[in-house]
Amino acid sequence: MTALLGGLLGATLVRLGPGFSVDERELDSRLSQESRQAIRAERARDSNIAIFYLRYLAGLVHGDLGFSRSLNRPVSELLKERLPLTLGSLAYGVLGGVSIGLTLALVTACWRVPGSNIAPAFLAGACLALPAAVIALLFLWMNVPGRWAIALVVFPHVYRYGKNLLVATYQSPHVLAAQAKGLSSSRILFAHVFAPAAPQLAALVGISVSLAFGASIPIEVISDTPGVGQLAWKAALDRDLPLLVNITVLVALMTLVANSLADLALAAWRLEVSRETA
Amino acid sequence: MKLRLRIARIRIRPSLIKPGRAAQQIALVVLALVAIASLFAGFIAPSSYSEQFRDAISAPPSARFLLGTDDLGRDRFARLLYGTRVSLLLAPAAALLSTLLAALIGGLAGYLGGRWERYVTSGIDLFLSLPWLFLLLAARALLPLNTSPITSVAITFLLLGCLGWASPARIIRAGTRTLTNADYLVQARASGISGFRLFSRHLLPNLRPILLAQFWISIPVFILSEANLGLLGLGVSEPLPSWGAMLRELENYTAVLQNPWMLAPVVLLVIVVGCLQVVLRTEDQIPC
Amino acid sequence: MLRYASDAPFRSRLGNTRKISLSRDRKGASRALIFSTALLFALTLTAQSTNELRFCLRADPKTFNPLLVEDENSETVLYLTGGVLVRLNRYTQELEGELATKWKVSENGRRIDFELRPNVLFSDGTPFTCEDVASTLRQLMDPAVHSPQADAFRSANGPTESKCTGPSSVMARFPAPVASLAARFDQVGIMSARSTHKESAVLGPFTVAEYKPGTYLLLRRNPNYWKHDSNGKQLPYLDSLRLDIQQNRESELLRFRRGELDIVNKLDPEMYDRLTAEMPRAVVDAGPSLDWEVVFFNQVAASPLPEYKRRWFRSDEFRRAISDAINREDICRVVYRGHAWPAAGPVSVSNRFWLNAALKPPAYSVNAALARLQRDGFHRSGDALFDRDVHKVEFSMITNAGNKLHERTLALIQQDLAKLGIQLNIVVLDFPSLIERISRSFNYESVLMAFTNVDLDPSDQMNIWLSSGAQHQWNPNQKAPETQWEAEIDKLMQAQAAAPDSKQRKAYFDKVQEIVAEKAPMLFLVNPNALSAVSANLKNVTPALLRPQIYWNVECLAIGSKLVSQR
Repeated sequence: MTALLGGLLGATLVRLGPGFSVDERELDSRLSQESRQAIRAERARDSNIAIFYLRYLAGLVHGDLGFSRSLNRPVSELLKERLPLTLGSLAYGVLGGVSIGLTLALVTACWRVPGSNIAPAFLAGACLALPAAVIALLFLWMNVPGRWAIALVVFPHVYRYGKNLLVATYQSPHVLAAQAKGLSSSRILFAHVFAPAAPQLAALVGISVSLAFGASIPIEVISDTPGVGQLAWKAALDRDLPLLVNITVLVALMTLVANSLADLALAAWRLEVSRETA
Repeated sequence: MKLRLRIARIRIRPSLIKPGRAAQQIALVVLALVAIASLFAGFIAPSSYSEQFRDAISAPPSARFLLGTDDLGRDRFARLLYGTRVSLLLAPAAALLSTLLAALIGGLAGYLGGRWERYVTSGIDLFLSLPWLFLLLAARALLPLNTSPITSVAITFLLLGCLGWASPARIIRAGTRTLTNADYLVQARASGISGFRLFSRHLLPNLRPILLAQFWISIPVFILSEANLGLLGLGVSEPLPSWGAMLRELENYTAVLQNPWMLAPVVLLVIVVGCLQVVLRTEDQIPC
Repeated sequence: MLRYASDAPFRSRLGNTRKISLSRDRKGASRALIFSTALLFALTLTAQSTNELRFCLRADPKTFNPLLVEDENSETVLYLTGGVLVRLNRYTQELEGELATKWKVSENGRRIDFELRPNVLFSDGTPFTCEDVASTLRQLMDPAVHSPQADAFRSANGPTESKCTGPSSVMARFPAPVASLAARFDQVGIMSARSTHKESAVLGPFTVAEYKPGTYLLLRRNPNYWKHDSNGKQLPYLDSLRLDIQQNRESELLRFRRGELDIVNKLDPEMYDRLTAEMPRAVVDAGPSLDWEVVFFNQVAASPLPEYKRRWFRSDEFRRAISDAINREDICRVVYRGHAWPAAGPVSVSNRFWLNAALKPPAYSVNAALARLQRDGFHRSGDALFDRDVHKVEFSMITNAGNKLHERTLALIQQDLAKLGIQLNIVVLDFPSLIERISRSFNYESVLMAFTNVDLDPSDQMNIWLSSGAQHQWNPNQKAPETQWEAEIDKLMQAQAAAPDSKQRKAYFDKVQEIVAEKAPMLFLVNPNALSAVSANLKNVTPALLRPQIYWNVECLAIGSKLVSQR
């Protein structure tokens, strides 16, 4: 329901944006007046958002996701070709970014050596300061797949939040008490640090999916990866409404699924912890 | 005898000067220097940011042009200084706005719990998936064509601030949920403190680590967003410089290899963001 | 000698065994020689069989139907696979027969008769006949088909007749004269009337073999291609073309440097210079292209501009002053790095026949500009310019975002106009927003745009020069010409479209160019050069100005002697 509402709102935003009803083909000086009228009429078909969306929903019931004007192909075909590639990139990007970020956060939060946070902080800062397009180009130059560029975009966020979270948790009274009682570092880490920080870490994983998708757009455009990110960019430039609506619904679904999975995992963790303590 | 005892006592006490405090002071000084340099750009920079020296296109650094010139013969050093004003003023303002909105919405959702939390969470997920780009395009379309570049970019950053709350709101919501069951809050609630006071005086301050992390991560994110939006005409208009526009030049990687001084905005941004992190940190490293 | 001395102990030890080992060595060496020769031969054979040309398309082609082509990428595929009756030689700019050996235009440009080449087969083996041409034309002229190719023939409403007039001859008659009728057939790919394969049965040098959307398009040589070289060898020389779908210019350039691509079309000046430094033999500057970079002002009566601004933009002297104040040489030198020519008007210097050679680009002169403005009632006060009603002269100029050349050009123009006291506000908009402003809402003041010209003939520009035209950018779709000079241009353009003689047509169009230079409805800034990169591996390359610049003679291109397997 949320995803479909997202589709409607997305369609409305596109419709209200400037340049919706125009087509680049109109600038071709070779076209006759009748051809221009035909192009305008084609565009005008989707100008009533309510009718467009009802038509879209009716088609959705039959598995018809509409037709992309900019690419001249059914949307379902386009998504079928491109989705696996993007999902793969996102999986690499999120897992890579979260792994690198959390590992560095843990090392920084735990290490005794003063100044051990300088290198990770510098790396995170550099990755934050560089546009995703520049990171993607750098990877292209080094012949490294673009999906690892997504990991570099995601990890600074995970690192910063994770580090602050873990450090703050380590300062909690119960952790200090556990340390005073002489519990081992690993037990403190898993039972007394991760457990209370788990909800926020889970939320972080969920947010990383949105971040990763946002980063995938410039990265796929730069690396010419024929994924959904590249499709989204093209659709936005061409104001391709059927394509944009479907991508919005897809992104909403992915965000919902990612966050729901994170919440479910958290609930399972809590259940496990409460069983142990009981 | 007495003196020795005193010294012994001093030795036993933990060190009064934390290493972190020195770093914070240095970071503050660096930030102040950058801010002052940008404010006094008119006096420091040898030329205007828009003046074109058409006989010195893409010139290397020299006594005349400290960081060389760009493709139009404009002094890079001057543009960096003036660009610092735009980016250092507007990006933190947008970051502050998005953080406050995230704190309010995420915090309330986590605090209230139940169905309110569910509605807000769904709303956040929905918000994250919408193509807000078109709102930005519509906003630009509504502005008069002769709007000054600074007004136009200020509006862009304002909108970015209003749109950038959703991701951190989710994390703040999760953090709030954890805190609502904390002993001190249960005690406070039991002692009859009102909901608003509980939220503002006891809950929000404990969310500081997350809020601060969100704040200073957002600054480079908004600077880069402004750069990316420049591809759609939503960034800073010429000739006004910004870090974002200068960062976009890095896409020409061969030029960067041949002219490494083009990395100056990146270096400055990393320094500023790093200093902000040091200044805003509230913890010391805790050994495992 | 030294070696001999040092070998001496070994020689004395080896002694008898040396003869035996030598004979073994000789056998081993000969085996090695035979093996390596065989390997080399095999590699050479392999190299010859992967005789493939590689370059990029910016996006997926929207269609493989030759009659519905309207985007550049589909046009590329059409050029490589489609068989046409006549072809404009991109190098000599002369019309040459392809599937037609002869043609004749009659009835004042309404009728054309073709004599077709015999013994030609489609790629699927079906014979090429006059019925294929007639059927293609009937489909093309179907009112439901809206494409630039179709519209090029529609000079008036009414039915089109096309039929076989003999076993290998065909005619087509149009309701009204069509300017450059024969040359129009350069864009019409002939489809088979009988083949069951429809779009995939082609008459061009290559056929579509594989297509992976978003990734690549593979074309293989047409085994039934009719053309042979002077030695009787069947063309094309190449076995295949691989067209990778690649939008990003930087990665395209990177791949060219690595030897993964053979051609890069439409290099921008900065990339051209970069490549020149590293691979000077790979770059090609074919000279000024047919494209324009222009500025025009909003002269639409119904536009939401304040009246005083509309008065500025409608003033000939104001527009000429702006034109005089823009330093075209600097734009060529700074923005295009010397790879552009100042433009005098709507015809590039490369368009030798249609150029009005008497016209020169406006000379840069701030004083001349100020003099014009003063004559028009403007005056300078301090650093600012004011009109007769004391309105400060300030206006915006829009251009499309993401185009660095345009953004830089605007920055230069802004500085140039500042010398007159004019404040120019630069606004970059994404392309759909820009189109909406200039063609629907007319909510703009001035624009910097690029126009791509694919044809030499100015008849393709009718919609621009006719006051009723939708592309009459500064004031489109006029019911009647609002100025005397626009009425004059209307008459001249219609006259040149109807005139049968090309010299007469040129005379008319020369006059149009003179009026445009005098009235400056569009300020022509520069004609950018046609820049490309070509691998040294590629043979028989003759760069031309007209698109496609490098592979216009694709059937004659060949990969050089370097082993392809080394790629």
